[in-house]
Amino acid sequence: MKASLQRLAERASKEGLLDVAYTTTDSPFGPLLLAKTRRGLVRVGLPSQDRDELLADLAGRVSPRVLEAPAGLDEVRRELDLYFAGKLDRFDLPLDWQLSHGFRQRVLRAIARIPYGQTRTYTEMATKAGNERAVRAAGSACGSNPIPLVVPCHRVLRTSGALGGYGGGLPMKEALLELENPEN
Amino acid sequence: MSELPPFQTLIDEHATDVMAVLRGAVGRGGAEDCFQETFLAALRAYPKLKDGRNLRGWLITIAHRKAIDHHRANGRAPLPVADLPEVAVTDPEPGGDVWAAVGALPPKQRAAVTLRFASDLPHAEIAAALGCSPEAARRSLHEGIKRLRKEIA
Repeated sequence: MKASLQRLAERASKEGLLDVAYTTTDSPFGPLLLAKTRRGLVRVGLPSQDRDELLADLAGRVSPRVLEAPAGLDEVRRELDLYFAGKLDRFDLPLDWQLSHGFRQRVLRAIARIPYGQTRTYTEMATKAGNERAVRAAGSACGSNPIPLVVPCHRVLRTSGALGGYGGGLPMKEALLELENPEN
Repeated sequence: MSELPPFQTLIDEHATDVMAVLRGAVGRGGAEDCFQETFLAALRAYPKLKDGRNLRGWLITIAHRKAIDHHRANGRAPLPVADLPEVAVTDPEPGGDVWAAVGALPPKQRAAVTLRFASDLPHAEIAAALGCSPEAARRSLHEGIKRLRKEIA
């Protein structure tokens, strides 16, 4: 049965019927869900998030043609493994931004450009996205980030230096900052 | 917004059943191909599916259609013969339309007829494949045959 299902995923992909391919991968924080479309990585689900809910959400918002197809996500997994090992300071992956829109997407695109090991504030991100007063909206854009880790919303802090929030929980945010900046 | 579950759910929940039905309907040899065709056809049609309440039934129906296609492709390939018999046939076999007529039966009857005559399954196994009692399988088969007699006559 396993071989049949693998063949099915390959044929579906070849025939253009695989709209969302996903797999799960291990990380130091627990299992991550990775999902991509033909355009690129569309969703990273953190260990704290419910896998079935994430998949149902993808089915509703992207396409119900959601299949488990690990083969297509090898490169994403490889880069994440390197990142967690402290051996990769820039992801080089095509991204599909379709799960965020407007101001939120502008905030997230700005976050994607924050260099490894550095941090910015919610206010700076609001300004970059074109509205310096929309600090709260910038915060909620971070909170709704569909592609965490690769779009490094963990690098955004409060102006006071406080951690702010994180979808994967504050200990994870802290650990990621520590990973990227062991000196501090 | 779509209410349909991720397609993978259908695979997780029903792939084993679909494979079992196909093994029953076309045998082990043809089941793998029919399985692929079934799920690819389902995947193709899935986003436009109006009613997501009986996904198992929907998949099994597609599987039966693929099984019928399989039998049709195998059974109706012309066989080379050395001598044509010169016997007048008074009661000809029903034409090639018989499988078309089978295909037009309601799903339960269609499944029962295919499993009985194409796969030669006994009632108990038909019942198992369809997930109903042997009595219900026998009834579906009986109704299906009755209807086919009427269609083809």
